[in-house]
Amino acid sequence: MKKIILGLTIVVSAANVSNAIARDTISIVGSSTVYPFSTVVAERFGKTTDFKSPKVEATGSGGGLKLFCNGLGTQTPDIANASRRIKESEFDQCQANGVKDIIEVKVGFDGIVLANSKQAAPMTLGLKDIYMALAKLVPGPDGKLIENPNKTWKDVNPTLPATKIEVLGPPPTSGTRDAFAELALEGGAREISDIQTLRDMGADQKSEIEAMVAKLGIENAWAAAVASKGESAKGKDVVKIIGRSVREDGAYIEAGENDNLIINKLVANSSAFGIFGFSFLDQNSDMVQGATIDGQQPTFDSISTGEYRVSRALFFYVKKAHIGTVPGIEEFLNAFISKDTIGEDGYLLDRGLIPLGPDAYAEMAGAVRALTPLEL
Amino acid sequence: MNDKATRLAQTLKRRHAAERRFQWYGRLSVAFGVACVLFLFTDIISKGYGAFTQTYIDIEVTFDYETLGLTPDSTETDVKAASFNSLFRNTVRAQYPEVTDRRKQRTLYGLYTTDAPIMLRDMVLRDPSVLGTTQQLTIVADDDIDTYYKHSFGQDLGEGGVIGRVNPQQIALVQQLHDQGRIHKKFNTILFTNGDSRDPELAGIKGAIIGSLLTLLVTLMLSFPIAVATAIYLEEFAPKNRLTEFIEVNINNLAAVPSVIFGLLGLAIFINFFGLPRSVPLVGGLVLTLMTLPTIIISSRASIKAVPPSIREAALGMGASKVQMVMHHVLPLAMPGMLTGTIIGMAQALGETAPLLMIGMVAFIVETPAAITDAATVLPVQIYLWADSPERAFVEKTSAAIMILLAFLIFMNSTAVWLRKRLERRW
Repeated sequence: MKKIILGLTIVVSAANVSNAIARDTISIVGSSTVYPFSTVVAERFGKTTDFKSPKVEATGSGGGLKLFCNGLGTQTPDIANASRRIKESEFDQCQANGVKDIIEVKVGFDGIVLANSKQAAPMTLGLKDIYMALAKLVPGPDGKLIENPNKTWKDVNPTLPATKIEVLGPPPTSGTRDAFAELALEGGAREISDIQTLRDMGADQKSEIEAMVAKLGIENAWAAAVASKGESAKGKDVVKIIGRSVREDGAYIEAGENDNLIINKLVANSSAFGIFGFSFLDQNSDMVQGATIDGQQPTFDSISTGEYRVSRALFFYVKKAHIGTVPGIEEFLNAFISKDTIGEDGYLLDRGLIPLGPDAYAEMAGAVRALTPLEL
Repeated sequence: MNDKATRLAQTLKRRHAAERRFQWYGRLSVAFGVACVLFLFTDIISKGYGAFTQTYIDIEVTFDYETLGLTPDSTETDVKAASFNSLFRNTVRAQYPEVTDRRKQRTLYGLYTTDAPIMLRDMVLRDPSVLGTTQQLTIVADDDIDTYYKHSFGQDLGEGGVIGRVNPQQIALVQQLHDQGRIHKKFNTILFTNGDSRDPELAGIKGAIIGSLLTLLVTLMLSFPIAVATAIYLEEFAPKNRLTEFIEVNINNLAAVPSVIFGLLGLAIFINFFGLPRSVPLVGGLVLTLMTLPTIIISSRASIKAVPPSIREAALGMGASKVQMVMHHVLPLAMPGMLTGTIIGMAQALGETAPLLMIGMVAFIVETPAAITDAATVLPVQIYLWADSPERAFVEKTSAAIMILLAFLIFMNSTAVWLRKRLERRW
């Protein structure tokens, strides 16, 4: 018995010792979309300074922020990457766990493209076409929303070719999928006047919402919105539910998180389309081409000016309390936001990152240099 | 009579036919298996062989004091702050005085790896006497250029048949370098001497191999003694009762548990409860120990069982104690079987990624780990990370890493076979 107690004491004290050892490598977790950019900066930071290269894990935006908000201390990560802004619930979680001051860094933009093989003809689509092709519920002949009946692109829009709708895209756990659903599908849904009208209705217009919901035949979605939001349910919440749901009858194929795999499949099957980040299109521009969406080709310039509509901002979040505890965080931060990295001529641009506009950049860089904490 | 003979002949024919058929089923199964393996190997090797060579470009660099803003008395700090970027760019520009357009100049710099200025700086840091001299250097080519030069240089690509991301200007530049004899392929040592990098031309698997070795070391140090002790106790000493039966069932069950669950367990116990750091071989080794323990216990018990009882009885009859009997006679005879089981368990652990995902070993780590408490990744994880990278040149790196992993696995498994053949005793 004595020996067992002694053994346990040794184990526990060993554990405490490891807690006390200060970490000398910055720990970064989060989005797999930001990962390709974050790793390049991390590597270069290690090579050009006396600090060690930060360690970067791709856990997904949600998973990363969960680890990040778990508390302070060297066993928690210092930086979380995210392909969307931190949610209010996540921010509250952080505050509750003692992660008070968080510095938000907006790095730039990433476009999401709908691409097909170069052997096939290039496609020109509107957001509404994308919605009509890929959403779960679309307006039927009488204006009520029905299960998506469209089999070919021609069914969606008579000007499009009569090829089968076959789109390979990321699974629901992916930030790319979230952004695509929000920007392309919901964006397309809003081009249908009834849905846009519904979206504009506030929580005080209950009866109007109910009339519109009945007209569209989507009482279920309204019930779900009321169930989650209660009295404050708005038209917007209903549109979120119906606008962002992707059809599940086989036209949208979940192809996993590996974008290289999607590109291989597109080359093998020239009638299929794939959804992935602009950096993959940029790297494989000899094999695949991006569809023109709402009159805009996905290019560097069109995404950076915001003319190409399916694009989202990329962020990372830093624990202010860790600056000074883990060596190099502030230096890393400054290296990341320097003009050489994410400016107009920065090296991340070669990797497919779309830079912020000059004004947005100046504002962000100023706030970050002053280490201004985020307020939601 | 005659009738009976015919019937007999017929049944005999049927039985022979059935036997031939059965043999053919067997042959077909084997052929199918071999075809699958061959397909896998040809696919991987045809994709990955290219990664074992690397394109280099010769360049003459003058480490000019003036461009670098250094003097002969400059300290190391001064060297670190010096602008090797402009030194490198000036050198490259000087070779093509006719190119004045800024975009085209960028293409010129882009022939070389993005790390070229850092390489020049490191050269000066290693040996400050190169300052002020002119050196003939061989610098790694950029990944796009490398892919093009290795796989499609000199081929008529036809219309739009461009491989990778090279443009006509780059093709002309490579042709020019080739005519000058300044571009050439060499065996890719970088692959074995560098850690991970986001530039495919600089990425290597040294970090992952060391990480794998450290992790396996921890696993071996823990799992072998624990498993052997468990096996000996259960086989030789433990009373046969409900409790030991229950333990036995649980060990067998544990062998069938999906490995990701061990990762979750590791996260909950080692990281969250004991506060061990994330992403380190120590925790990886602990988790893989949990995973390989049942495999080793089961095979160790089988090889202890295989030692004939007569040996035990003879030892006891000569007056040996039970411990002496086990230590002096049973254990040495069972050791080959235990070692085989251990090697197979280790080979399994080497190929595992799922449990490591949970404990943060799926990470981008540049530095090669030096201790079991340094952040590290392992070979299969490196394959996974490269397979997921956007840069095209990582495709062949991925296949090359798979080949290296397979080589390790084949080596370990054939050692197991060899050990068994060499040390096995038949009774």
